Amino acid sequence: MELNPLPNNPGQFPLPRQQASAPARPRPVLEARGLVKRYGHVTALDGTDFELREGEILAVIGDNGAGKSTLIKALSGAIIPDQGEIILDGKPVHFRSPLDARRHGIETVYQDLAVAPAMTIAENLFLGREILRPGFLGRLLRLIDKKKMLEEATSSLKDLKIGIRSMSQAVETLSGGQRQGVAVARSAAFAKHVVIMDEPTAALGVKEGNMVLELIRRVRDRGLPVIIISHNMPHVFEIADRIHIQRLGKRAAVVNPKKISMAHTVAVMTGAMSPEELSPEELAN
Amino acid sequence: MAEQQPSSAAQAPRKLLERLPSISVLGPFVALLLAVIFFSTQSERFLSGQNFSLILQQVLVVGVLAIGQTLVILTGGIDLSVGFVMALGTMVMSKFAVELGLPPLLAILCGIAVTTAFGLLNGLLITRIRLPPFIVTLGTMNIAFALTQIYSKAQTVTGLPEALLFWGNTFRLGETVITYGVVLMIALYLLMWFLLSETAPGRHLYAVGNNPEAARLMGIPTQRVLLLTYTVAGFFYGIAGWLLVSRTSVGDPNAGQTENLETITAVVLGGTSLFGGRGMILGTLLGAIIVGVFRNGLTLTGVSSVYQVLITGILVILAVTADQLSKRRS
Ligand SMILES: Nc1ncnc2c1ncn2[C@@H]1O[C@H](COP(=O)(O)OP(=O)(O)O)[C@@H](O)[C@H]1O
Ligand SMILES: [Mg+2]
Repeated sequence: MELNPLPNNPGQFPLPRQQASAPARPRPVLEARGLVKRYGHVTALDGTDFELREGEILAVIGDNGAGKSTLIKALSGAIIPDQGEIILDGKPVHFRSPLDARRHGIETVYQDLAVAPAMTIAENLFLGREILRPGFLGRLLRLIDKKKMLEEATSSLKDLKIGIRSMSQAVETLSGGQRQGVAVARSAAFAKHVVIMDEPTAALGVKEGNMVLELIRRVRDRGLPVIIISHNMPHVFEIADRIHIQRLGKRAAVVNPKKISMAHTVAVMTGAMSPEELSPEELAN
Repeated sequence: MAEQQPSSAAQAPRKLLERLPSISVLGPFVALLLAVIFFSTQSERFLSGQNFSLILQQVLVVGVLAIGQTLVILTGGIDLSVGFVMALGTMVMSKFAVELGLPPLLAILCGIAVTTAFGLLNGLLITRIRLPPFIVTLGTMNIAFALTQIYSKAQTVTGLPEALLFWGNTFRLGETVITYGVVLMIALYLLMWFLLSETAPGRHLYAVGNNPEAARLMGIPTQRVLLLTYTVAGFFYGIAGWLLVSRTSVGDPNAGQTENLETITAVVLGGTSLFGGRGMILGTLLGAIIVGVFRNGLTLTGVSSVYQVLITGILVILAVTADQLSKRRS
């Protein structure tokens, strides 16, 4: 792994708004306290805390098995934690299913993308929330409005510029980056509150990876806070406003990518360095 | 953009591969066409409206049973209880009408209710206890068979009232005599084709078969979709039972046994993937007709029916091989 100090190419994109000088700390949107999740003898989450603030991109990093995916699944309703609470906009919530979390405006791009490969792009964009035809008969028989779905799919994927010719082609005919683009576009199009992405740039080439990063920034700039899990340190440092370091099922620290080095971040992540050894300004307040 | 124009050398083999799924769609058409051409040259009685009407009557019961089987296979499951559940339904219909003296329509409804309940039972065991469809339906197949034998004391029921024979009534289309049952079968296929391709629940059925985890994560109630699928399949087995008694005029406790596996043959020949999530309901109708054409054609040309079994077996292997190859590619 290359260990660059501080964010790469700082001048190349507008830095996120300076939060430190603002007198009031940004409002937390999604919080978790003391989450525990066990699978048999394995403790995937060991009392982890979590905080996502408004308007930010929060990266979640950690070694394999640190509990990143499990944390994200708890926040997106895909699993129910054994203990602990999840707080959305200051109110405790209990997600019983992914649909439940989605109804609260939390959209997730899963690591394995959660697409039906044999179905078309348009169908995948609207999977589980198809646009129905108007009128009594449309609602009674739950007739889908294929034309409208095709139009909306086309317009919501237009910005992507990933060379998708037709929204009515099967997802399995797309490249990895294009599939990722479809999954990101799906969540960005529907999210009202929070977008969660598990490893959105893994398995992508340089060009497609950058395209997806750009897309994530656009989602944030629309006002939606984004949680992104990634193993790719340069990507994390390029895009994140704050970094949540997950270690052994707990939150080890939240750090400020503009102040901390990649070397220190990785050291905390792997346990080579204790979070107490970090200077106060390396930590995100 | 670079991604949009891969070198033509790389594109040529890819293009060829991209055409494979359409082979599984076109395959049934080609097989049917070849069979029809072949038998037309072998027997002059083959190519006539009357003979085609006969073929359709012969595939009627398998055809309607196979609608249910297609729904189940599209979800990635399989139903081995099909024909045996139908047999139980026919016994309930005919005995309720003849021996209990129930109004015929009520007796028919009771028969359909029994097959639908069996579908529901299959669905409950699969979704609630999470047993594999293969094992569940193997069990209910035996249960349905035993119940049929016990209830009927292995006796056929004759003297069925008019309503049970309704679908055997005919009308003329030019020279050709067509039974109401054939019209019902085609109507049911068109209806299911519409529901599967144009409604949200229809698309959910495909999604559940194609990627159950994705369907669940996207908020599709996958368990409810499966339960509904097996229940609706059970309903079709009841309709098929009514069509069967209309054709044979008796309630036969040993009915449905050959039809049972023939439904899977029809689905597979029709190009539906046994892995779930891919296929067309109208393909199943073609698949059923292909089997019927071989049986009819070989009979007309005086060839032993064993050859029909042989050819069907070979076609099934070919269809499943095409399915497996296109699956491996994606
Ligand atoms: N469904 C599951 N069943 C059993 N163990 C699991 C399951 N999901 C996660 N785990 C275990 O929990 C731990 C944390 O996993 P995960 O959250 O996937 O970590 P990460 O995403 O950080 O690599 C690992 O030890 C993993 O093996
Ligand atoms: Mg993971």
